[in-house]
Amino acid sequence: MLKVKNLKVRVEEKEILKGVDLSIKQGEVVALMGPNGSGKSSLASAIIGNPKYEVIEGKIAFEGKDLSNLTPDERANKGIYLAFQYPAAIPGVTVREMLLSALRTRNKEVIVSALDLKKTVEIEAEKLHLSTELLSRGLNEGFSGGEKKKMEILQMRVLKPKLLIMDEIDSGLDIDALATIAQNVAEMVKEQKMSVLVITHYQRILNYLTPDVVAVMKDGVIVEQGGKEIVDRLEKSGYR
Amino acid sequence: MRYAKKEFKPEVIVEEFDESYKLGKADDIAYSYKGERGLDEKLIREISAMKEEPEWMLQNRLAAYKVYLSKPIPTWGGDMSPIHFEDIYYYLKPAVTEKKSWKDVPASVKETFEKIGVPQAEREMLAGVKGQYDSEVVYGSLKKTLSAKGVLFLSMDEALKLYPEIVKKYFGTVVPMGDNKLAALNTAVWSGGSFVYVPEGVDVGLPLQAYFRINSESAGQFERTLIIAEEGANVHYIEGCSAPSFSSASLHAAVVEVVVKKKARVQYTTVQNWYKNIYNLVTKRAWVEEKGEMRWVDGNLGSALTMKYPSCVLAGEGAKAEMLSIAWAGKGQHQDTGAKMIHLAPNTTSQIISKSISKNGGRATYRGMVRINKGAYGSRSKVVCDALILDEKSRSDTYPTNKIFEEDVILEHEAVVSRVSEEQLLYLMSRGLPEHEAEAMVVNGFLEPVMKEVPMEYAVEMNRLVGLEMEGSVG
Ligand SMILES: Nc1ncnc2c1ncn2[C@@H]1O[C@H](COP(=O)(O)OP(=O)(O)OP(=O)(O)O)[C@@H](O)[C@H]1O
Ligand SMILES: [Mg+2]
Repeated sequence: MLKVKNLKVRVEEKEILKGVDLSIKQGEVVALMGPNGSGKSSLASAIIGNPKYEVIEGKIAFEGKDLSNLTPDERANKGIYLAFQYPAAIPGVTVREMLLSALRTRNKEVIVSALDLKKTVEIEAEKLHLSTELLSRGLNEGFSGGEKKKMEILQMRVLKPKLLIMDEIDSGLDIDALATIAQNVAEMVKEQKMSVLVITHYQRILNYLTPDVVAVMKDGVIVEQGGKEIVDRLEKSGYR
Repeated sequence: MRYAKKEFKPEVIVEEFDESYKLGKADDIAYSYKGERGLDEKLIREISAMKEEPEWMLQNRLAAYKVYLSKPIPTWGGDMSPIHFEDIYYYLKPAVTEKKSWKDVPASVKETFEKIGVPQAEREMLAGVKGQYDSEVVYGSLKKTLSAKGVLFLSMDEALKLYPEIVKKYFGTVVPMGDNKLAALNTAVWSGGSFVYVPEGVDVGLPLQAYFRINSESAGQFERTLIIAEEGANVHYIEGCSAPSFSSASLHAAVVEVVVKKKARVQYTTVQNWYKNIYNLVTKRAWVEEKGEMRWVDGNLGSALTMKYPSCVLAGEGAKAEMLSIAWAGKGQHQDTGAKMIHLAPNTTSQIISKSISKNGGRATYRGMVRINKGAYGSRSKVVCDALILDEKSRSDTYPTNKIFEEDVILEHEAVVSRVSEEQLLYLMSRGLPEHEAEAMVVNGFLEPVMKEVPMEYAVEMNRLVGLEMEGSVG
């Protein structure tokens, strides 16, 4: 599904990723851990095509195709989705309006009915225990931290990507919210064979969402890959 | 910042014919009167005689003409120098007279009305319609149930003939001829415009719509509108404006007077889409009595220069006034708009929400005034002016003035200048929206607080116009 090969990325004249190798198969859950500032979020940014993150060497391939010439929207429409750590607010635009445009852009042949979408969004909101009042507010406008994260997952559930990247979705979430989100994601893995890249510092989310692979990043490279036992070890003794 | 790939679209050249302006061709209609260019006393007498006006109106026109001559051209606001007042046709009378039935309207006029959806809108959602070409109203209708209740929806000319005493009682009382040079000019040469009278306690329900079109090159349109809502009455009036693409500047200098009596409510909505060489210099004012409510909703797209500051005089205790406006300044355009709220009575409230967007070197200016007089205790006013600037070439300025002569009042003012942030664009693009759609979405969201106060059909139309403006400049 996703293949990152020898990826070197520069931000503002500074090399941040220094040759990252990472693959994710269809339906696989990969956890990415590593100390602060090691480059995890930068990798996510490079994958979605944030233009600030300039690829200077190596490549990112999705379903066998090189992504380097694609804009963020084109990557999204191929099925890549990032649940942002700090999603931007879009005042005056409801999540429904945004999703309707997104779905209509992605598939011009199928007519997406606004009414059907409204229902879908309401059902997903309920599953996420997200107050319906938020659905008619500007997207992320004045949302609490947890509400923003749930809204990221709600959009994901509607857009049904092939690859979901979650950047610290677990930070700042209460225990119930974390379980709810993880269950909603796990369901997509099971039912849609969605692949997931979970960027996290904590073990807890991985108890709900069992990783097939755990990768550890340090100073811009993946230094270790293995199974869930890595998490237990890191939890005990840290990155040293 | 650049995304990996960019879409290239040819830029629309506004100096030449602008394809995106679908109302851009002059309609081929005949005129029964097209005098000389320029203005003198003789022309004013001629206009008045042709309209068979009462003597007092002729005298009023002549007096206003003197005031007009005595006042200098304003130097504040926008650049009015491209207007050649001596080259303008001040009175152009289409050969058709006002038709009461849609089937009698000439085909050429019909076509334009069809394009902007007037007859369709009328069928579905309007209580009455007026259409004005250049100087004269050519089409009008009002639902029978409303005329039975005593509601009047006439052209001003007709009103002066049929109800001279009402016109005389109110004409020039809200906007006196000496108010400003262009108001004086309008008073001297006015023709057409709407007259709306809603008797005590009558709720008109559906909106009344008027549509104004400047159809001749170098034409001046000087319509005069008077709306009177008697005690407890309720009416929503909507005006739409357009003009074809001519190479020389045309002038639109209207005067609108609104009288809101005790506990009456009036909403006045404007959806303006002038071609980019119209000079739009309009004076609009409402007089609001005890517990009356006035609301201006103003969408300003198009024109070369718009100078428009709808105002409200809160004359009775507990009166309320609101001004919601949108201005779009594209290439070569200056939107100098705002509002004036004058609190004369206690416990009055006013709110101004002004949203402007500038792009491609356009310039948007907010100019507003809140005045709270001594004795208007317990009054409050809130001003929010938000400007969205879409590129480095464009500009936005804010000139608020507050004159407060009473202590026990609340005044709030917020002004925010923003840009579409890279984070917002990336966020929306990461959901699958192309860059220009992402930008348009942020812009529409920015305008939403005003759009939601406009009837659906008009909001859709405004969104479409904004979309066209956005597209025309992606590159
Ligand atoms: N837009 C940017 N501008 C400047 N420096 C940046 C930018 N983005 C990332 N960096 C730098 O790149 C390095 C890696 O940052 P990144 O956010 O990818 O780390 P991270 O692994 O996600 O850390 P954390 O666990 O704290 O979230 C840091 O030194 C950071 O300061
Ligand atoms: Mg990070």
